[in-house]
Parts: sequence; C-alpha cells; structure tokens
Amino acid sequence: MEDMLFYDRMQFAFTITFHYLFPQLTMGLSLIIVFFKGKYLLAKKENYNKAAHFWMKIFALNFVIGVITGIPMEFQFGTNWARFSELTGSVIGQTLAMEGMFSFFLESSFLGLFLFGEKLLGQKLHFLTGFLVFLGSWLSGWFIIATNAWMQHPVGYEILENGKFVLNNFSALFTNPWLLPAYLHNQMASLVTSAFVVAGIGAFYVLQNKNHSLGRMFLRMGVQFGIVATILVAVPTGDLVAKNVVKYQPVTFAAMEGLFETEQSASIVLIGQPNMQEKKLDNVIKVPGILSFLTYKSFEKEVIGLNEFDEKLWPTNVPGLYYAYHIMVGLGTIFILIMFLSFLNLWKRKLPNRKWLLWILILAMPFPYIANTAGWYTAELGRQPWLVYNLMETQHGTSPTVSSGNTLFTLLGFIGLYLLLGMLFLVLVGKIVYKEMKEKEISN
Amino acid sequence: MELFWYIVLLSMLAIYVVLDGYDFGVGIIHLFFAKKEKDKKILKNAIGPFWDANEVWLIASGGVLFFAFPLVYASSFSGFYLPLIMILWLLIFRAIGLEFRGQLNNQLWFKIWDTAFGVSSFLLALFFGLALGNVVRGVNLGGVENGIAKYDESYFFLPLWNSSLNPHAESLGIIDWFTLLLGLISLLIITIHGANWLIFKTNCSFKEKLKNYILYWNSGLVLLTIIGIITWHYVREFPFDNFNKNPILWIVPLISIFSMLMLFRIKKFKKESTGFIYSSLFIIASFFSTAIAMFPDILPSSNNMHEPLTVYNSAAPHYGLMIGSYWWIFAIILVMVYVFVQYKIFRGKLDGINYGEH
Ligand code: HDD
Ligand code: HEM
Ligand code: HEM
Repeated sequence: MEDMLFYDRMQFAFTITFHYLFPQLTMGLSLIIVFFKGKYLLAKKENYNKAAHFWMKIFALNFVIGVITGIPMEFQFGTNWARFSELTGSVIGQTLAMEGMFSFFLESSFLGLFLFGEKLLGQKLHFLTGFLVFLGSWLSGWFIIATNAWMQHPVGYEILENGKFVLNNFSALFTNPWLLPAYLHNQMASLVTSAFVVAGIGAFYVLQNKNHSLGRMFLRMGVQFGIVATILVAVPTGDLVAKNVVKYQPVTFAAMEGLFETEQSASIVLIGQPNMQEKKLDNVIKVPGILSFLTYKSFEKEVIGLNEFDEKLWPTNVPGLYYAYHIMVGLGTIFILIMFLSFLNLWKRKLPNRKWLLWILILAMPFPYIANTAGWYTAELGRQPWLVYNLMETQHGTSPTVSSGNTLFTLLGFIGLYLLLGMLFLVLVGKIVYKEMKEKEISN
Repeated sequence: MELFWYIVLLSMLAIYVVLDGYDFGVGIIHLFFAKKEKDKKILKNAIGPFWDANEVWLIASGGVLFFAFPLVYASSFSGFYLPLIMILWLLIFRAIGLEFRGQLNNQLWFKIWDTAFGVSSFLLALFFGLALGNVVRGVNLGGVENGIAKYDESYFFLPLWNSSLNPHAESLGIIDWFTLLLGLISLLIITIHGANWLIFKTNCSFKEKLKNYILYWNSGLVLLTIIGIITWHYVREFPFDNFNKNPILWIVPLISIFSMLMLFRIKKFKKESTGFIYSSLFIIASFFSTAIAMFPDILPSSNNMHEPLTVYNSAAPHYGLMIGSYWWIFAIILVMVYVFVQYKIFRGKLDGINYGEH
C-alpha cells in the first residue's frame, strides 16, 4: 500500500515535471514569435520574418513533445488516481474538459496552418494563425491552472454522504481567488524562460560572430521581454501568490520560509538548512523584519511559525518545500539582476560587445527551467499531505486495483521513453541552431 | 441529461475514430506499401497538417468522459491500466515517427522513424478493436472470484491475457479470442479507411493497386463481421433487444451493412472521395450499432454479483451536466469552424505541400 502510493506519486511527479519543461517554452515563445511576425508586418524587414521562421522550427519541435507528453497527463488521473477522479471528477472534470474543447482544438487546428500554410494564407492571415496558436496555449494554461487552483483552494462544491464532491457553483471555479494570481505568475514565469532562451541563442550567435544580424535581433527581443517578465514574475505576481498562501495555507507558508517559531518582526532567511530533528534552521543568514514586511507591509507584524500547528498538519516534506521555494526566489532575484544589466547595456548599444555578459546569458539558459520546476514543487509539495486541500488526503486518491508492480513497470517505461525523447530533442534543437549559424546573412 | 452526454461522448469518439482512423490507416499502408521515397513523402503529406488535431478528439473525449461519467472514467482507466499506458507509449512513438523523420537527412534515421510510425499505427488500430471488444464482452466488476469480491463493486483489473484466451473464463484478460476478433476487424476497416483517404487526397503511385486490395480486405471484413455477430451471441445475450423495442433503430446497422457492401464498388466510383465517405459511414454506424445494442450499459459486468456501469448509475449530478451542456454547445460550434477552415485551406491533393522542412 505504502509503496503503491509512492510509485504513483513518483510517476505523476516525473511525467508532469517533464511535460512542463515544454509548455513553458510553448506559451512564452508563441508570444515572442507573434511579436516577430507583427514587426515584420509593420516594418517589412526580411530579417524579422527570418527570425520568426527560425523560432517556428524550434517551436514546432517543442510543441510536439508538449503534446505527446501531455496526453499521458490527461489519462493519468484515471489510471493512477482513480479514487480521486471518481470523487472529484464532476468538479475538476469540467475544467479539464473545457481545456480540451476550448484550447487544444484551437491550438492544434491552427498549428498546422501556421507551420505549413504561410504561402497559402498570405502574411496577414499567417500572423493571425500564429496569434490563435498563442491564444490556444495561454487558454490551456488558464484551464489547467483553474484545475490546480481548485485542488489548492477548493470552491463551489458540496460533499455528498458517499464522499463525492459535487459542483454547485460553476462560476466559482473561475473566480477562485487562487486562480488569477497563480495564472499570471505562471505565465510570466513561462515568458522568463522563453526570453532567456531567445536572448541566450542570440548571445551565442553574436559571440561566434556568425549570423550576426539575426543574433543581435534575438538579443534585443530576448532582453526586452526578459526585463519586463523577470520583474513581473516577482512583483506583483509572485507577491500576490505568496499572500494567497499566507491566507489559505498558513502552515505551508511557514514551511516554505523555514519559520519554526512564530516571530514578531519576522526575518527573511537567505540561507540555512532545515533541521527536522531539532526543529530549527542550521547555518542561518537572515535579514530581520523583511518577512513581516513582505507579508503584511509592516515590519512589526507577527508571522506564525510551524510550531503553532499540529505536526500532523505540516507539509510532508518540509526541507524539500523550503529548498524549492528558496531556489525559485533566489533564481528570480538573479534573473532580475542579469536582465537589468543586459538591458542597460542594450540601451547604451553596447551589449553585443560585452563578452562576459553574453557568456552569462548563454549559461543562464537552463536556470529558468529550474526555477519553473522549483515553483511547481513549491506549490505541490506545499499542498501535501492533501490532494484536495484540507478535504482529501493524497493517500486516499490512488487506484484501488492497480498494484505497485504495475505502477513501477510503467514508471520505468516512462523514464526510459522520456530520457530518449529529451536526448533527441536536444540533439535536434542543436542541429537547428547550428544549421542557422551557417546561413548567409541578409543585411538590412 | 445523462442521455444527452452519452450521445455527445459517443459522437466525439466516433469522430475520433473516423479522423485518427484514417491517419492510422495511412501509417499501416506506409509500413507495407510505400517503398519509394517519393511515395513515403506523399503519404505523410496526406496526414501532416491533420494528425495532431485529430488526436485532440481523443483527448477531448477523455475530458468529457471524466466530467460526465467520472465513475466510468475512474473504473475503466484503472482497470485497463496496462493497455492504456501502452496506447500512450504507442501514440508517443507514432508522433515522433512522423515529426522527427524530416529533421535529419540520413537513411538509417529515416528507417527508424518510418518503422516506428508504421508499427505503432498498426498496433494502435489493433488495440482499439481490442478495447471495443472488452467493452462489449464486459469485465469482472468487483474482481469476483469464487463468489468473493476483491474490490469495490465498480472497480476491476484486467491482466493482458489469461492462459485460456477464453471470453467466458472467470478471470478474464484483455486479449481473448473474441476481443482479438474485434481487433482484426478494426485493423481491416482502418486499413481500408486509410487507403480511401489516400485515394481521395493523393496521387501516390500505387493508387490503383490499393483499390484491388480494398476488395480483398473488404471481403475479409464481411467475413469477420459475420463471425463477430454470431459469436457476440455466444458472449453476451440478446444483442437485438433494443432494436426490437424500437424498430426504427434498425436503420443504424443497415447503414453500416450498406456502406460495407458499397465498398465493393470501389473501382466504379466517379468521385475519389466516395470510398472515404462509405468507410466513414461504416465506422460511425457500426460504432453506434454497438452502443445501441448495449444500451444502457457502458461497461457490462461479467459476473452476476454486480450491476453493470450504466449511463444512469455512473453519470455526474445534474447541475454540472446542465452547465456543461451550455459551454459544450458553444465550444463545439467553434470546433466545427476550425475544422472547416482547416480542411478548406488544405483541400485538394496534398502531394506537393512542403512538409517536414518548414
Ligand atoms: C500552464 C501550463 C500547463 C500545465 C501546468 C500543464 N499543461 Fe499540458 N499543455 C500546455 C500547458 C500546460 C500547453 C502549452 O497547452 C501544451 C504544451 C505544448 C502543447 O502542445 O500544448 C500542453 C499540452 C497538453 C496536452 C496535449 C494537447 C494537444 O494535443 O494539443 C494534454 C492532453 C495536456 N497538456 C494535459 C495536461 C494535464 C492533464 C496537465 C496537468 C496535470 C498539464 N497538461 C499540465
Ligand atoms: C507543470 C506544473 C506542475 C508540476 C511541476 C507539478 C509537480 C508535482 C509534483 C512534484 C507532485 C508530487 C508531489 C509529491 O509526491 O509530494 C505532484 C503531484 C500531483 N499534482 Fe502536480 N504539478 C504540476 C501541475 C499540476 C496540475 C496543473 C495539476 C492538476 C490539474 C496537478 C495535479 C497533481 C496531482 C493530482 C498530483 C498527485 C498527488 C500528489 O502526489 O499530490 N499538478 N505534482
Ligand atoms: C522572485 C520572486 C518570486 C516570488 C515571491 C515567488 C512566489 C511564489 C509563490 C508564493 C508560489 C506559490 C507556491 C504555492 O502555491 O504554495 C509560487 C509558485 C510558482 N512560481 Fe514563483 N516566485 C518568484 C519567482 C519565480 C520565478 C523567477 C519563477 C520562474 C521563472 C517562478 C515560477 C513559479 C511557478 C511555475 C510556480 C507554480 C505555479 C503557480 O502557482 O503559479 N517564480 N511562486
């Protein structure tokens, strides 16, 4: 029984983590491509269309892997979390079904047109199909986060005697106070990823002195998007999400911050390791008053610590949660710094000559992926031990008939298959980037 | 309301089978017939802009099942655990077979992905028939053995096969001779369907040959369908009850038989799309005939201890279904518009579009 739950969770965690590596680029990059395409329509410079074409190639590859790793996600609610599906299906099934009907059809129908239809459609309509693909992917994020928001903060339901959740207020699903901040934060985070990827490839071309004009264009677009997105992901969206956690999941918040004792004028922890045996942080470096200020806009106000709560209500993996949160916020701060420096140099038209900064931009590419993943681990580990917050425990959500041997088998299968996919993806993206490098320049 | 959603679900699944069916069929034909590089390219062009959107019908049907019949979703997805996950893996292989092939220019690379695409299409066509077979035959709800239930009454678990391959055994498997029969029927019709799509949308070099093959395949289909109907009697009682109660419904299986017979005229059709229309009709009508015969059961029970899962005892409560019907109708209109735009723009023969190297 124990290891059944364990494998189910590992499988879900592994497959969703892998899946989400792709949607974050899909969502952000589709917007950036729409911008390239739009600029081309306005300015008619051939280079903008070339940039759009280059990113469309990478987009197409990324999208396919997003799709094929997404289908298992949709099925896994039934295969591995049958009890959960049975009990909550009539509520979260709504948002999941809406995602399919409203967004996946939109995305996939127009993707074909966007990728193969440029000549058939003409430039204006081609731009429109790109925009519809973007719209579809952002809508899909909206519905899936509405689903997740319901699990974090259930609304609009009642519970029958047989334990089934029944929807009694449809619009509550979309006015859920958890939803909008989480959605905006997540979308900004996906833009951060895409901005770093676009800027990073640009920096790579510029440093190689190959395909210089395209490279500079990528740099400019990446940094412009980057400066906006890295700031918005922290304030106001990150801040708003945090306020929700304080309000609706105070015990989770205490664990994220590594706050064991309730503190008047609570300090923010920069570094330290949770010591679960002695219920304290080791090797702490902290700044007094800031946590109270960030949470309540007052340096004095008290913030409740973990020890106030029954230990049974604590998130099951406090150190994991704490690290995930600190990795996200730490990286977020570094991202703002990098983008700020790049933007200053871009403004002064010196960015292409700042070799060290270009190197930083290249090397930074993987880190937004890490921050995004850490963000979701914060949200999901913070929800434990609950599957539906405060109402249904994770251990009661599994499939009663699927044995741990079967789950381990499929988990291993997914690991093997996804490792293969990941390697192929990297090789093929590398090939696209490398091939473009050898293209002749168009000057304008 | 339950009935409305059941019909919605069946229609979406039927559309899924018609649409993804033709691209599976093209995959199967690709595996066995496309030898020349040019033909391979033409075959892929014929499904290139569509397959992804076709697959969304499966995802969306899954979503509708989840929210309208959560109990069936939970019970059947966990009960058919292994085959479902394998279907997912096959779908993954098929998609990368299609999309990765054009990325490198190398013979070995082509070989790998052509095979992945063809073999997974073949197996998927077989699996869908097996799945239908399992639903028709019913499952051991509650996992009853020697009169004792292992699970709750609405849950079950099926291994891939049991030693006897007998659909009457107490411990059933996914694969037995009856489900295998339906698997073969599905394989044949999907191959025919794919061939019809190619006749309609391409000028591949073996088009005339395909017409001959359709005649053979269709003979096989007629034969297996007759065996299927006879053995259905053996597996499950009185499949004709619902038809006799409502004789007008006989029209559905009649359409199915009519379309199947019309396919024998494949060489005489004036328009190249006619064959495709008949194979689509056959698929839809057979699918609905099966559903009508089983109604109101969605998942029959193979033991006497537990009730089957039906349209009525597994549906979500009224309020959600009611609200759902508002947005669903709105959404399906949008979807129809997308489908129309998509097929309108990619009308005519697709031999020439530049697919794979965007
Ligand atoms: C906020 C973003 C986000 C998150 C958290 C998830 N997804 Fe996702 N998903 C997308 C954003 C997305 C996307 C951007 O819409 C994708 C990525 C690439 C694509 O084709 O669409 C996608 C693809 C995608 C597909 C294939 C759609 C198609 O064929 O077009 C399915 C079935 C799912 N997802 C299902 C899920 C489920 C059940 C999730 C959670 C358990 C999930 N996704 C998490
Ligand atoms: C892309 C972003 C996401 C990531 C990275 C993510 C990550 C995770 C992780 C790491 C777990 C395992 C937690 C544990 O074992 O302690 C988990 C569990 C789970 N998540 Fe998410 N998640 C994401 C989005 C979602 C969404 C959108 C939903 C709902 C629609 C969801 C529903 C679930 C469910 C049902 C479980 C299984 C039960 C559990 O172990 O809590 N997740 N997720
Ligand atoms: C710098 C300031 C940031 C703050 C204050 C912040 C705060 C938060 C908080 C409180 C959560 C919710 C955890 C929960 O639900 O329990 C969260 C989630 C998340 N964070 Fe951040 N974050 C920051 C930066 C970032 C960065 C830089 C990224 C990625 C590039 C990121 C990506 C995410 C993601 C993907 C989630 C999960 C989805 C969601 O709830 O929107 N965050 N963040």
